Amino acid sequence: MAIEVRVPTILRSYTGGAKIVEGAGDTLTELIDDLDAKFNGLKGRLITPEGGLHRFVNIYVNDEDVRFLGALDAKVKDGDSITILPAVAGGALGFAAAAALLGGLSRPTTPAPAPKAD
Amino acid sequence: MGTATLGSGKSHGNVNTVLTIDRAIVEAIVAHARRDHPDEACGVVAGPIGSDVPTRHIPMDNAARSMTFYEFDSMEHLRVWREMDDLDEEPVVIYHSHTATEAYPSRTDVSFAGEPNAHYLLVSTREPDSEEIRSFRIVDGVVTEEEVNIVDATVKA
Repeated sequence: MAIEVRVPTILRSYTGGAKIVEGAGDTLTELIDDLDAKFNGLKGRLITPEGGLHRFVNIYVNDEDVRFLGALDAKVKDGDSITILPAVAGGALGFAAAAALLGGLSRPTTPAPAPKAD
Repeated sequence: MGTATLGSGKSHGNVNTVLTIDRAIVEAIVAHARRDHPDEACGVVAGPIGSDVPTRHIPMDNAARSMTFYEFDSMEHLRVWREMDDLDEEPVVIYHSHTATEAYPSRTDVSFAGEPNAHYLLVSTREPDSEEIRSFRIVDGVVTEEEVNIVDATVKA
């Protein structure tokens, strides 16, 4: 048994057009690493260079948004169904202002490092 | 509904396309946008996969409840996308309103656009008695305006 991952249209260029792929791992991070080994480049569309979950996607484990399950630390297991959806968002606000409002357009999974005391 | 200003149909890229949509659905979208004004309204019109025909209007909550930003609630998003999957549908139209500016995709809209097969419909409600309704394809950051062809048919909004 494996973990089923449902891939949205926009990311199927990485999976050879496949809508459903399979992966393995104990956490979302491990699963994404496993998928990236098979579908090179996929990780970069899900995780920011800073290592947080990308603001432009929603990832669900079964029926839960992973943001409520510890984000990239979310536990996964064989038989789980993972769904990736492109976030649907936007609006008249300029990108910079939206980024400020949202606290940056990535969802960090670990607290920002404390400012260095000079 | 007031007089709609249709998109010029002028191509902004190298793809010239058209959105054909039932008048009853457009009226329902405009009513949703007016109801939520001055906050932005958002939603989807689903249709059979590959048909390019929007048939089922699904107003969505704007989880941001903002005059300048919209975002689908992530759980409603999952539920609606699964429902479309079960019905062999896809999001043919993804719409939202701009309430104080023109109906043209902002940089934020372009950055987030993640459904390459969808028509991105924008409604501006900045004028109290008329709406500007324009439609775009947004693929790989490239915005292409398309004509909006509003037809009278038998689809239920």
